[in-house]
Order: sequence, then C-alpha cells, then structure tokens
Amino acid sequence: MFYIYCPHCEEHREEEEFHASGEAHIPRPLDPESCSDEEWGEYMFFRTNPRGIHHELWVHAVGCRKFFNMTRDTQSYLILETYKIGEKPSITSAAAKLQAQTKVQEGV
Amino acid sequence: MQKYSGFGLINHALSHHENWQRVWRNPKPKKKYDVIIVGGGGHGLATAYYLAKVHGITNIAVLEKGYLGGGNTARNTTIVRSNYLWDESAKLYEHAMKLWEGLSQDLNYNVMFSQRGVLNLGHTLQDMRDIERRVNANRLQGIDGEVLDPQQIKEIVPMMDCSDLPRYPIMGASWQPRGGVARHDAVAWGYARAADALGVDLIQQCEVVNFIQEDGAATGVMTKTHGVISADRIGCVTAGNSSVMAAMAGFKLPLESHPLQALVSEPIKPILDTVVMSNHVHGYVSQSDKGDLVIGAGIDGYNGYGQRGSYHTIEHTVQAIVELFPVFSRVRMNRQWGGIVDTCPDACPIISATPVENLFFNCGWGTGGFKATPGSGHAFAATLAAGEATEMTKPFSMFRFHDGALIDEHGAAGVAH
Repeated sequence: MFYIYCPHCEEHREEEEFHASGEAHIPRPLDPESCSDEEWGEYMFFRTNPRGIHHELWVHAVGCRKFFNMTRDTQSYLILETYKIGEKPSITSAAAKLQAQTKVQEGV
Repeated sequence: MQKYSGFGLINHALSHHENWQRVWRNPKPKKKYDVIIVGGGGHGLATAYYLAKVHGITNIAVLEKGYLGGGNTARNTTIVRSNYLWDESAKLYEHAMKLWEGLSQDLNYNVMFSQRGVLNLGHTLQDMRDIERRVNANRLQGIDGEVLDPQQIKEIVPMMDCSDLPRYPIMGASWQPRGGVARHDAVAWGYARAADALGVDLIQQCEVVNFIQEDGAATGVMTKTHGVISADRIGCVTAGNSSVMAAMAGFKLPLESHPLQALVSEPIKPILDTVVMSNHVHGYVSQSDKGDLVIGAGIDGYNGYGQRGSYHTIEHTVQAIVELFPVFSRVRMNRQWGGIVDTCPDACPIISATPVENLFFNCGWGTGGFKATPGSGHAFAATLAAGEATEMTKPFSMFRFHDGALIDEHGAAGVAH
C-alpha cells in the first residue's frame, strides 16, 4: 500500500484515501469544436503509459477531495514527488536520464 | 511430433518414461522470417499456430523475452465464457469458445477445458436489467444463456448465501452453461508444441528492443541477444507491455497498464463445481482440479508494470467472496500474484494495423484475455496473413478511438478477471 503525501493537507495518508485518475498534464484543447477527430481522439484516449517515470493525477477522495499531481516510477512503484495542480514536476524522465548519464561520467 | 495418446502412455511406461521427445525445439533464429510474432504468451503462440495451420505460413519466429507463457498466461484465473453484449465482441468471444470446445483434440494436448458453467450474479435492480438485456442479446447472437432467480442459483451452488441477509442480497444471475475453465499453462504449452511441430521457431530469452523501419514500414526487429532479425510482417502481442512496444515504433496506443491480482487458497475437497462472478460486490471464485479456490477481482487503480498490487485490493476481494460464501471465511490463502493488464477505454481489444506499415498489434485485452486465446490467435493470424483487417477484426481497429466507433463492453467485461 502506498503512503501518499497530500500537498494540500500537507501530511502523509494511506492509499485507500486516494484515487488514481490517470496521466497528468494533458491539456484540454482550447477550441474543441475545431479539433479533427484524430486530435480529439488523441486527447480523449491515447496515453503515454510509460514503463518508468510517470506524471499522474490523483485525488484525495475521502480527504480534502482536491486533485494533485504525482511523479511515480511505474516499475518500482516508488513515489518520487507530489505537487499541486498548476505546478511543474521537478523530476522528469529526461532529467533522470541526464542524471544517470552524469553519474556514469563521474564514474569514468 | 510424437503423438500423445493413452496407448502411448502405456508404451512409454514400459520403457520407464525415458524416451519422451522434447516438447519443442530450441532453435537458433534465422536472419529473416515471413512473419515475426513478438511475445510468446498464449495469444502469440496461438497466432503462430493458426498462421502455420490455417494459412500455410510456416516461416515464422515467436520472440519471447522470458519463457513461453510466463506472463499473464501464467497469471490469470482461467475463466472462459462468451456472453458479451455487443455483436462485434460476442462474435469474437464465441469464435474463441467454439475453438475451445475442440482445442484439446486439435492440439493433441489436454488443455483440461471444463465446461462447468459460469454464473454472473446480479445484486441490484439495474444489475438484473443489464443481465436480462445481455442474455437476450446473447440468444439473438446464438450464444447460450439463461436468467436465473435466487432459487435456481441455490440449486446450482447450494452453499452460496442466497438469502436476504447479506448487505447486497443476490437477486438473480446470468448463467452460461458452456462457460468454464481451462488449464492456462497447458494452453500455452499445447500451442507452443503444435506450432513447433509445424515448423515455427520459438525463440525464448530474446527481448525485442527496437523495430527497424524504412520509409514508414517495419522491416525487422532489433533484439538484445540475436541482433537484427528481418521480417515481411510483424505481429506484436505483448499485453501489458504494448504501450512500451508502440513507443519504440513511434506511436501511442489508447492503453493503460494496471496490475491485476489473484490468489489461491490451500487445496480443499471439491466444494464448488462452477464459476461464480459478481460485478457488484466485485469478486469471483472457482475451484481448480487441484482443489484450491481461485479468487480474483479488481485492478489496482494506478498505472503499474511491477506485477504486484496493493494489499487493500486483495482485502476488498476477499471481503466480497466471504460475503457470498460465509463457509469460506476460515479457508487460508496460499499464494497471491499480479499480472500487468493493458486496459482499453472501451474494455474491448485492439487487433489492428498501426501507423507503421507491416506492423500489427493485438493488445488491449485488459482483464479478460485468457478466454479469448484461441479466437484472438485465429483472428489475428487471418489479419496478419491478409495484411489487412478481416471481417471479424475490422471493428477492433485502434483507429476506432479516432472515429468514435467504440464497443462499450464495460458491463459484460464487468469484474476484472
């Protein structure tokens, strides 16, 4: 079971209080009426579903009932950070790759 | 291929069982194949088998990163049924059911398919309306089904609590007598053995790390252990990892991978001779030939590739089962595991061409792919052989998520299994 830090309540609570709501940072098209079927379908259904670092939306369903974002590794299930809606993640797969590369270079 | 039979068994007993043939070869991959199947689970092996048997294409390799049938094929709860709501999917699952009925003979391998019937319980008025609608649809589709009242259910499963006492009393059920269970490992092994006998190369521990593309067409795969292997057509049957494979090829799929857990109890004497499923209290149970109760329920809500889930999901599952079967309350659980299911927004699979030419995907079976193994393989083989969607697979194109022609099977797919 996850032990999740809610950035709104500012405390750790058990996973059962929360509900996962899928991938985060998917902007709704500004003008849905002018979207092609393909653009609308991509927005509605198509997901990156990565094996590794994933930014996702959670809701503190039986707590403050507010949504927030989480960066989590879908392979190890490690929760890397939680942050409020509207904020940017500090950990991204690109940043993690860069870090891994510099580590390798330091090793050399 | 050595034919398995009762007579053969006696014959081998006389020679102390020392002369059994290897069940399949362990060949070195060639440089080029007509068709490469990525993923050696039940669906992948079935695809290879039907390509060879029905379409006469035998220059095939099945590339598997682990061992054959070691993923979801080995992790499911083996339920087989075909009572889906919409014509498109009911046709596909019924196609699978018909193949199941002759599968052991066809493969010359006992897959222990047991048509012990499947009950889908209803606990609310809306459940019952849905059940009646689905059973009536099934009858029009030529699929067996009946609506039962609690008294009739009690006759089939006497120790289930069909009284008014539970929080969600049982109001009725749909009953598909031709449904049942099969032995999941035997399905993979049977298909592997039969495909191998037709000349299909089964390459294990050969992970595909990239697709080779020229001018928007796939021409082969890059593997971790055997370098580049070329192929005219590539079929990707990688279940939970399909999104990862699609990302390698450069496009997205409408899939999310979730952990789905199941558990088995210690073996007990025969007590349950059918399959009981409930969407509403969310659990299902059957008893294996070994005697253990096979129990499962919902997916974990988050995306995950870890082949394990959260304990509270198991707790909810077991609560539902004990509510239905108070007699199971003191049965101890033996093992628990998780598989990675690729769920589709409309709970229907994707059997489809992709934006990359010559690359086809068979995925999105979500929580209920096992029951479809023969039909999925048969239909995907036809698609691969033709190089385009067939009558049966046309509705399951990945592009239905662009044009909106979804096949909403959330009701019939119901409890994740």
